Amino acid sequence: MSILIDENTKLLIQGVGKDGSFQALRMLEYGTNIVSAVHPGKEGKKFENKIPYFSSVNEAIKKTNANVGVIFVPAPFAKDAIIEQIDSGLELIVCITEGIPIHDMVQIKAYLINKNTRLLGPNCPGIITPESKTKVGIIPGNIVKPGNIGVVSRSGTLTYEAISQLVQNGFGQSTCVGIGGDPINGTSFVDILKLFEEDKKTKAIVLIGEIGGNKEQEAANFIKTHLSKPVIATIAGHTAPEGKRMGHAGAIVTGESGLASAKNKALSDAGVHVVESPAYIGKKVSEVLT
Amino acid sequence: MNLHEYQSKQLLSDYNIPTPNGYVISSLELVKKYIAEFENSAVIKAQVHTGGRGKAGGVKMVTSEIEAYNFAENLLGKNLVTHQTGSKGIKVNQILIEEASKIEREIYLSIIIDNTVSSPVIITSIEGGMDIEDVSKLMPEKIKTTICSPLLGISNYKIRQICKDLEIPENLKNEFSQIVLSLYKLFIKNDCTLIEINPLVITKDEKIIALDAKINIDDDAVFRHPSLKKLEDKSQMSPLEALTNKYDLSYVKLEKGKVGCMVNGAGLAMATMDLTKWAGAEPANFLDIGGSANEEKIIAAFKIIIEDKDVEIILVNLFAGIARADVVATGIVKASKETSSKIPLVVVMRGTNSEEGLSILNNSNLDIISASDLEHAAIILKEKISGGK
Repeated sequence: MSILIDENTKLLIQGVGKDGSFQALRMLEYGTNIVSAVHPGKEGKKFENKIPYFSSVNEAIKKTNANVGVIFVPAPFAKDAIIEQIDSGLELIVCITEGIPIHDMVQIKAYLINKNTRLLGPNCPGIITPESKTKVGIIPGNIVKPGNIGVVSRSGTLTYEAISQLVQNGFGQSTCVGIGGDPINGTSFVDILKLFEEDKKTKAIVLIGEIGGNKEQEAANFIKTHLSKPVIATIAGHTAPEGKRMGHAGAIVTGESGLASAKNKALSDAGVHVVESPAYIGKKVSEVLT
Repeated sequence: MNLHEYQSKQLLSDYNIPTPNGYVISSLELVKKYIAEFENSAVIKAQVHTGGRGKAGGVKMVTSEIEAYNFAENLLGKNLVTHQTGSKGIKVNQILIEEASKIEREIYLSIIIDNTVSSPVIITSIEGGMDIEDVSKLMPEKIKTTICSPLLGISNYKIRQICKDLEIPENLKNEFSQIVLSLYKLFIKNDCTLIEINPLVITKDEKIIALDAKINIDDDAVFRHPSLKKLEDKSQMSPLEALTNKYDLSYVKLEKGKVGCMVNGAGLAMATMDLTKWAGAEPANFLDIGGSANEEKIIAAFKIIIEDKDVEIILVNLFAGIARADVVATGIVKASKETSSKIPLVVVMRGTNSEEGLSILNNSNLDIISASDLEHAAIILKEKISGGK
């Protein structure tokens, strides 16, 4: 078992330019079942001589039964790609693209209400399920190992850090999910925590938050009332100065709730095992589970 | 992207929102002419990209030619230091000279995107003219927020409620409602992340005027507004900011830190700063070299870090996914040679081509200690820092 993606995932990739094609190759190498590609001007051809290109998402789904979409389309055109995938009825859309205008995300978020689609991202590293050798996005396949820990994070490279420590300490992962670093995104910590709680394979959850917004506090409230599995968490940005954007568009302290200390406290109060630095995630998981 | 006040007011005018009569000038000679036009009653305002201008002496009401001239002379070409600028201040290249208004009432009006509701939100307060953060501390009940629908915009009944909250007199309700609608349109059409009018005034002769205006445009959306892009004032950037801008590096300087940090990924970069602090040292900066860093970018990043003279040691933390560790290593070696830097490095390198990267670093003549992981890096840093004392 796993969450969001597994051996039944049939992936459609939209935006197969320089980054998209590099990452498509990595996904194929890892074992992901990519069934179709959408890229303007390439219809009729095949990516790597095996994955057919189509001119529209609807057509690609009709011919290949894709059920998950991944988007590498450049930011100026990403809104249109996301809307096209929502309209096609895909159950899961993963948007890797960074730098989408915030007004576009405001509209997309409103458009998603009452739709059956889940959007993960944008500005995220995607998802990986080691057991079924499926990855959608850019998390390196060679650092993960099948196991029982669910990982959810707002940051890309910090997810890799957590995974590598888990492996060092002998723990594999059920699924690893990056929800993205933008202030407005499709899927929240709470959404993923719900899925991990329901997933039989997942025994414990590692949550990596960062400064800005109040998503970690929402997570803490949910954990307190709805979660039975142990959660190990860390927050990045204790040393970040107030009012300065730290790379991610969402990583900026503008009020009390945005502070790393406030997030730490909310999580600790909810019974989460909080470590001061990501350097101690692996050890803490060992301690909690043994 | 920040707009200057005079640029923001021009944009307001384009949307039929009244602003005071005024001129933006960059030479002293014109002060006389305009102060005469405004019959010796004007406001002079420094045009700089920083908050706290008023308190720092960048804004003044003047009532004579000599007063106007002296104030303008003290601003133009000089640096203005506010609580946001640091001790060097920010250069005043332009000043705005405006006709003074006879104020009856001051109102606060702004629009932002509220991430918690993923929607534009209009914020109003009957206590205009004060810093909104002070109002929210002292009398939070005086601040009202109105959530707008991203798909429908702002409904009329919500505007009627805003008029009621702000006690807009009956005869001005239509005009005020139009201003709110126009402002919302401006916000959406120009990809604004903030419009703040503080104060919006009602004058003694019952006119509504935007006395001040602050507009920020979403950097990620500037590409679709070429006319706004032209308004960007690069002279307001420090040389360091200009360099980070050029190479698309995410850099934030921290005061008095000794450990320079070079990291890929924003989350990992923040965690690296935290780790430095935990190890007993102060981080000097946040720096994310991004996913697709090439040699040129690494060299620029290295130069930016050592430009900070407080830096005594550099911590490189790379978890290469898209980025390649060998490229980063080559960049670091080149940059150290070009700058003849003697600053020691502690390096954690993992992921794509990290073995090649480490061997490039170890075969150079640089002062490098490699650490196997973050915890190990913290231990080395601790030893290095205490050993140096």
